[in-house]
Amino acid sequence: MSAEVNPLTVVTRRSRRRKRAGIVMEALATAAAILAIVVLAIVVISVARKGLPAINADFFTKNPAPVFQTGGGIKNAIVGTLIMTGMATLISVPVGVLIAIFNTEFAPPRVAEGMRIALNVLAGVPTIVIGIFIFGLLVVGHGQSAIAASLGLSIVMVPLIARATEEVLLLVPVTLREGGMALGATRARTVITVILPTAVGGIVTATIVAVARGAGETAPLLFTSSIFASSVVTDVHQAMASIPLTIFVDSESPSVADQQTAWAAALVLMAGVLIMGVIGRALSLRTRRQIERAR
Amino acid sequence: MTESESRSERDTAGGESADVVLARSQAQMAELAAQHGANPEEGKVVVLGLENVAVSYHGTEAVRGVEMNIRKELVTAFIGPSGCGKTTLLRSLNRMNDLIPGAEVSGKITYHGHDLNAAGVDPVEVRRRIGMVFQRPNPFPKSIFDNVAYGLRLHGMKDNLNDRVEKALRQAALWDEVHKRLRSSALSLSGGQQQRLCIARALAIEPDVVLMDEPASALDPIATQRIEDLVAELRNDYTIVIVTHNMQQAARVADMTAFFSVDVAESGARCGILVEHAPTVQLFTRPSDERTEAYVTGRFG
Amino acid sequence: MSTSAETDFALPRRARLHIGDLALRGIAGAAALTVMIVLILIAYKVTQEAWDAISTFGLGFLTSSEWNAVTNQYGARDLIWGTAVTSFFALLFAVPISIAIGLFLSELAPRRLRGPVGALVELLAAIPSVVLGLWGILVMGPFLEAHVEPFLIDHFGWIPLFSGTPSNVGLLPACLVLTIMIVPIVSSICRELFDSVPSDLKAGSLALGSTRWEMMRGVAIPQVSGGIVAAVILGLARAMGEAIAVSLTIGGTARTGWSLFGSADTIASRIANQYQGAATHLQQSSIAYLATILLVLSLGANLSAALIVRRIRRRMGAG
Repeated sequence: MSAEVNPLTVVTRRSRRRKRAGIVMEALATAAAILAIVVLAIVVISVARKGLPAINADFFTKNPAPVFQTGGGIKNAIVGTLIMTGMATLISVPVGVLIAIFNTEFAPPRVAEGMRIALNVLAGVPTIVIGIFIFGLLVVGHGQSAIAASLGLSIVMVPLIARATEEVLLLVPVTLREGGMALGATRARTVITVILPTAVGGIVTATIVAVARGAGETAPLLFTSSIFASSVVTDVHQAMASIPLTIFVDSESPSVADQQTAWAAALVLMAGVLIMGVIGRALSLRTRRQIERAR
Repeated sequence: MTESESRSERDTAGGESADVVLARSQAQMAELAAQHGANPEEGKVVVLGLENVAVSYHGTEAVRGVEMNIRKELVTAFIGPSGCGKTTLLRSLNRMNDLIPGAEVSGKITYHGHDLNAAGVDPVEVRRRIGMVFQRPNPFPKSIFDNVAYGLRLHGMKDNLNDRVEKALRQAALWDEVHKRLRSSALSLSGGQQQRLCIARALAIEPDVVLMDEPASALDPIATQRIEDLVAELRNDYTIVIVTHNMQQAARVADMTAFFSVDVAESGARCGILVEHAPTVQLFTRPSDERTEAYVTGRFG
Repeated sequence: MSTSAETDFALPRRARLHIGDLALRGIAGAAALTVMIVLILIAYKVTQEAWDAISTFGLGFLTSSEWNAVTNQYGARDLIWGTAVTSFFALLFAVPISIAIGLFLSELAPRRLRGPVGALVELLAAIPSVVLGLWGILVMGPFLEAHVEPFLIDHFGWIPLFSGTPSNVGLLPACLVLTIMIVPIVSSICRELFDSVPSDLKAGSLALGSTRWEMMRGVAIPQVSGGIVAAVILGLARAMGEAIAVSLTIGGTARTGWSLFGSADTIASRIANQYQGAATHLQQSSIAYLATILLVLSLGANLSAALIVRRIRRRMGAG
């Protein structure tokens, strides 16, 4: 009948080498993933540990202390970031959504393709170049202002919102579109009353992700809103403090107090951004599932 | 899938009556019978033995209770309606089901008497000896030469690489068409040529058994004919198991045929079962099970 | 609809509806047009800002390594060098890691882990660059200076890369920070690419008796190699354009030299460092000249990546 040894279990030097190579490479790939997560943990934990000591009520409610005095907080920076990011959102959400609507509803395929490439190119422009651009356009001769900074942030945020919104709009089933128009509604009415409401979850998600990005951007602010008062400013024609710039400036300062402020501000910024990122991701999964269930 | 199904329906029930078809098959049967005698299995060693084999996915049985011996240098066809687990069973013969999460094989599959699923068995070694050709041609994004050489390089059969590649391409009846452009991309070949390339690729590493999962179902009739001729030729050197939706094809190329059917439980659960395994001539002309008879005469499916 | 719609041909109403469509199309089109206008405006304005420097220095700007506010002489050579070196090494580290992570998420990870692990890697991209820069200069830099760089100098100091004295700033910390920023971008693209490899192709390799790694190396990676190139180019664009994190970790003293240790500068970082305001108009213009160079580089990279993607899509559509 058959020999005693199962030839399928016979191990040659070559097969052992191949198997070992496979195991090694797979281990390396796993290690790479672990490395990425470990680095994430290290950075987050570092920032948390160094920033936490300075976090107290004062930090959020007081303006920076005058020179040579301790205490104080980053109230002006928090307000500034909120206002500037808020303005940028008010600009970029309508513009981004409109661009997405243009691409999905009105543009012939080649034009839509060109728009997508243009959006990708715009998204790829280094933020520092955007800063120089806005500087030349609005700051030269007029001085720094929160408006200028917000416009810079908008340029960063619009491609993100436009791309993400287009993805969601494309998910909306064709039947919904045609259903609206078959009832006699115009394209515009269909879009506004049928498609947008379906896509609203995705648009909200896109906005959250874009805001998280915009709030953390430093380069567009460098030339547009970097010379600011150490108190809260609400006049949008003036430069305002911002959290990213506070971190940027204080991190290079030799003063330990400043560095401490930088860490704490970084903790606030990072926590805000990461939480928004997580919420955004969870929402996006939920929206996707909702739309697919509606199909 | 539906394409090949409709084609087999066409073959059996469409333009011609089942009797005419059967008569034609019978002529071919006679030819096959002349070739092999009544019992093609005579004197042939068992290569693959299946004892009470069942395959399930995440607990749901796809096919069960299979008892069968597949013998050397014969072409064995698996036929039956769709959903009866033919492909599932085929894939367990070279342990490709290992790759599907939730797939479990029970019972015993032996290769020359040795348990295929024994501890210590390397699936890589199994697949070197038991090769597979898929339903849709799947050439790699490489040159024709590199496609055939892929397996050779994997298994260290690199001596006389050029000769080995030529031999494999000749065996797959593709050499004449491609020998002047071995370095060109495999994707530039037609569908039928790509499938023969995939066969050459499988043959290059000198397997013992070649499993074919409906190898011609995605091809036009002329390409299909060439594949069938090829299979008939290859029988001399390889043991072949071929799954096919097309009874005609089984009749044309196979020495032995295994007919599978679907068993529907009261709960509605469907599971594939082996109904009959016999020499092709016998299965088509004097089936011992009435389900087989119903299928081959076109009374269902 | 009310019954009056049947008798009321309502030409005015149809005109009104038509206007609604036109209006939406109008503003949507205007929004789209804004993108093109902004792109062109950016190119125009930045070049205009740079014009003084361009006309004064011409292409010599690219080969001169002067940067002197007193003599009003400026040149980008050292900065170009710094950009090249940091980008190159950032890619050198990031690309293998990203491909590995892409393979892990696509093939190796247990299905339930793929979502969470992928999300965590992408979270790395969400860290604001200024926070990464802060961590880089205050935590990673000193660590490198105290533990890593002396080791490298002692054991490998004969390689020009590892010559020099330990420092908490320099090309090495900047490279590492850039690597951290590029990996999430490139790896998520790689993961999508590997997910797109037809399972038939993978099965074909495994059926020939290959191990899973052999399948990845021999079939999956070659299948998506074009896409990987595009992803790498996008990573390169990101690395070249990063100003904030680099400016915090690199030191700011421009130089050309092989040593990875010690202060250096890149184009983007130099622009960021001069934010306090340039001393002379020519200096300001030179900074804008730097921005122009950066713009050209990033446009080139993004357009080539887009072209590659388009060629791949076309080939897949046809084949």
